[in-house]
Amino acid sequence: MIEVKEKSVKVLKRASELRWKVGNNFHDKLSESIYADAAEIANRAEIKANGNRTDHFDRALDKILTSRTFGFPIMILILSVILWLTIEGANYPSKMLAVLLLDNVYPLLKSGASAIGMAWWLDGLLIDGIYLAAAWVISVMLPPMAIFFPLFTLLEDFGYLPRVAFNLDSMFRKSGAHGKQALTMSMGWGCNAAGVIATRIIDSPRERLIAIITNNFSLCNGRWPTQILIATIFIGVLVPASISGLAATGSVIAIALLGVAFTFWVSWGLSRTMLKGKVSTFALELPPYRPPRFWKTVYTSLIDRTIIVLWRAVLFAAPAGAVIWLISNIYLGNQSLAISMIDWMDGFGLLIGLNGVILLAYIVAIPANEIVIPTILMLTVASTGLMGGAGEGVMFELESTTATAEILKAGGWTLLTGINLMLFSLLHNPCSTTIYTIYMETKSVKWTTVASVMPIILGFVITFLVAQVWRILV
Amino acid sequence: MKKEPTEIACESCKHFNASALKKLGLDASNCDFVIALAGNPNTGKSTVFNALTGLNQHTGNWPGKTVVRAEGAYSFEDNRYKLVDLPGTYSLLSTSQDEEVARNFILFGSPDVTVVVVDASRLERNLNLVLQVLEITDRAVLCLNIMDEAKRHGISIDERTLSRDLGIPVVPTSARSNEGIPLLIQTISQVAKREIFCNPHRIKSKSPEINQSVDELSGDIEKIYPGLPNSRWIAIRLLEGDKRVIEAVENNELFVPAL
Repeated sequence: MIEVKEKSVKVLKRASELRWKVGNNFHDKLSESIYADAAEIANRAEIKANGNRTDHFDRALDKILTSRTFGFPIMILILSVILWLTIEGANYPSKMLAVLLLDNVYPLLKSGASAIGMAWWLDGLLIDGIYLAAAWVISVMLPPMAIFFPLFTLLEDFGYLPRVAFNLDSMFRKSGAHGKQALTMSMGWGCNAAGVIATRIIDSPRERLIAIITNNFSLCNGRWPTQILIATIFIGVLVPASISGLAATGSVIAIALLGVAFTFWVSWGLSRTMLKGKVSTFALELPPYRPPRFWKTVYTSLIDRTIIVLWRAVLFAAPAGAVIWLISNIYLGNQSLAISMIDWMDGFGLLIGLNGVILLAYIVAIPANEIVIPTILMLTVASTGLMGGAGEGVMFELESTTATAEILKAGGWTLLTGINLMLFSLLHNPCSTTIYTIYMETKSVKWTTVASVMPIILGFVITFLVAQVWRILV
Repeated sequence: MKKEPTEIACESCKHFNASALKKLGLDASNCDFVIALAGNPNTGKSTVFNALTGLNQHTGNWPGKTVVRAEGAYSFEDNRYKLVDLPGTYSLLSTSQDEEVARNFILFGSPDVTVVVVDASRLERNLNLVLQVLEITDRAVLCLNIMDEAKRHGISIDERTLSRDLGIPVVPTSARSNEGIPLLIQTISQVAKREIFCNPHRIKSKSPEINQSVDELSGDIEKIYPGLPNSRWIAIRLLEGDKRVIEAVENNELFVPAL
């Protein structure tokens, strides 16, 4: 064993001597040899026939999709179509699910519980808290996800994402970040935790940190439904019903693009302050377009993404439901804990164009962004006493988005609250899974803290500014 | 070049009997052989992985989909195989994290067979990685994937010449539609059991100093580790000053596979 060790040391010594002999262009020479060999072997084995018809098609399509003039408009158009289909299509199945889970199953559970003589607090905690939270999340989230994810996956399988990266590359370079960040950003549109893991494709640690910190500005699937719902309620109702879907789509697109803009701004800022350095170059391969296998894609994206994401949402919503029920039903003096907390935060909330309910909802929903909307609605009911004694602390059923709008308006919501909620949903701390993933990837408390705190400070500043301007102008 | 009829005949042979392949999903316990899946990004490694293990590793048409290694298993005839899906890389010479995962696994994870998946319609570019892998291991199979698309682009490939030049078996596949997968499984098993011996191509440098230095150093390394299949690669990495490989030589981590 000792002998081996000695010999190894000798080899290493000899290696460093030889390193001088081979010179410092060793790497290049070696690469050249590899390329030369590869070219020779490929030439011998490859037989090319005439008339590359499909190749022509690929190139023609790339010319349009990555063109300087049309690249961006087409990108926005494609995203718009997907979101519009999601918004328009999700309404009906959402209602059916709500009728099933809330109008039919809920009363059954309630009567079942009273039949077996369940204690009021246990019945409240389990059915009014946990079950209703889970049911709400399913009926609000399942339909949009079941439409959005397969559409997005089809686009991904077709080979469009690398073209998005190509279009955005020059902008990323200008902001001092890596072009591959465009890919991790698009991954973030699915899930920020996945986007953070995907940054491993970036070699430079500096650029990788920028990509990790800014990934939160990609609206994730937990936040798309929030955006879509708020847009439908507040922006959609401002215009005639026939074009309300379009108006809602437009505002969600605006928020998503604002997220992209923030990605650039913050990357730019970071690469000039905390993370100074040069931009590294890379080669991006535009893979061939492939016709996606429609049904298989739909199936796997339903299983892989929709069900897994939904399950996670339910898992987090259930305990949150219990917490909401508890803080609404535990009384300090003559006020419930929830009301005291809402009152306490209301001042600051109103200052930034939100309210205490929204802030409390975001605190309760730290584990998962998906459950913000149900939490807000429930807390609104609890704090306004809208439904009378029976409704307090209970996640209630809603017939439609109109009903939701009525409740929110009764809670003192305005168009400003809606807009600022959309902004705040874009600009706030990442969910707990993402924060944990950031820590696992960076192994640094400092960068995890920066990535978690910076967006929320940005969120407070932006919503504050918007609220002030709004109050001056409107 | 009419290959299809023979392949279909092969697939009806008893060796390809569907019952001989069992997709074991995640259960990678008690495996007889470890198989690594390497290749350029976006060549369908994950699709091959799914076809063999029955898992649903997410696949997507863009480079960089897999950044961590995924593991699964299948059994074929009487043996159990653990399959490791490595991140797609263009080379094994640089230092980004995904490349390091791939390189370290082929180098230190001592897979019994490394399957290099390549995009048949982009053969030349893909061969760069194949040649590098062949410096590290002498038990490899070339999976010539995405054949359907290559055909549509009017490219056909002389697999025999390619196989002779590379010194390893070449299996054409279209993993998306499961074409060629039975033959791939068969070939992997034959290489793993040493029924097929590989004689991998070695990179020829045009610079005499480099050749001399690599030969001398790899000779020294082989004296310490007789039978080490990748002494040349270790020598190349030492000449480049690769920290991880220097550390491996220092700590005596190099692995000589049993025959």
